[in-house]
Amino acid sequence: MTSYLLYALAGAALCGIGLFGLLRLSHLLRKLLAFNIMGSGVFLIMVGLPQHQSGPDPVPQALVLTGIVVAIAATALAVVLIRRYYHQSGMTSLEGEAGSREGGPL
Amino acid sequence: MIRAVRTCFIALACIAFSAVLAASIWAIAGDPGQGTLPQLLSENMSRSGVEHPVTAVLLNFRSYDTLLEIGVLVIAGIAGISMSKTTSLEDPELRTSDPLLYALQRWFIPLMLVLAGYLLWAGADRPGGAFQAGAVLAATGVLMRLGGIPMDFLRPGLLLRLGLVLGFSVFLLAAVVSVIGGDAFLAYPPDMTKPLILVIESVLTLSIAMVLLALFVSAPVNDAEDPEEGDPS
Repeated sequence: MTSYLLYALAGAALCGIGLFGLLRLSHLLRKLLAFNIMGSGVFLIMVGLPQHQSGPDPVPQALVLTGIVVAIAATALAVVLIRRYYHQSGMTSLEGEAGSREGGPL
Repeated sequence: MIRAVRTCFIALACIAFSAVLAASIWAIAGDPGQGTLPQLLSENMSRSGVEHPVTAVLLNFRSYDTLLEIGVLVIAGIAGISMSKTTSLEDPELRTSDPLLYALQRWFIPLMLVLAGYLLWAGADRPGGAFQAGAVLAATGVLMRLGGIPMDFLRPGLLLRLGLVLGFSVFLLAAVVSVIGGDAFLAYPPDMTKPLILVIESVLTLSIAMVLLALFVSAPVNDAEDPEEGDPS
């Protein structure tokens, strides 16, 4: 049990927390944040697990670096889409969910 | 009542998901690990043209990933600016007029530009590289925009589109040229590796910064015809 394994297990916990937020919260921005938490959990697992096995491994680190940049761009695009959706429909959550109009302004 | 039951059910499912994930991590961690990838990498480092292993993986051994990544970024950037409703991405109304920000800007912008250049150069032999430099460059752009420094290149037009696709097209060009030369896709000529990586990293930095900045400035939607925020009508 090294500290790197602890990082990987924390990543698993983050995945669970993110999944809960994604399923339970109705506000779109909160869903997006929960999805990002889930992604951070995946990154933690991908860096922590190989480091526990054989020291710092550049290959997963490079993949995670690529993933972080893509995640930032995807998050920014999602924010743009959510704002557009809000201006078109006046709602902060998807149709068919309870409390659609209670979310308040973005 | 139904809501509470549903929440409980979802919470249980998520805890089970986490537990399964943690159990599989534990099982993999117990393995001694038969991966030969780090060894393979350290044996081939001398052929990569750079000294830092992460940069070598990003821009030489797994450059296909990086090429696809900048492609995704360009698509996200173009989709972002086509969603924006502001006709000019340089709207004077969106600026803040904070004297503290103006004072800070004079110190920060030159420093951040130098830092971005350093990070780009440092990527060869220590942590750094195109992505970190691009992120710092984009942050500089955000700061400049908030301070109201005119940035004409952000108007939707030729210059913005050129900046967005520059990194991707130069990368793709380097990849295709090696195919035409009879080599594999994305195989750099052995004696040109270092300058090629440097050129690709520089244009990647510029394009990443442009994409992030374009996504930032295209986020605000201010149109008098649309309902005001917090006023659903």
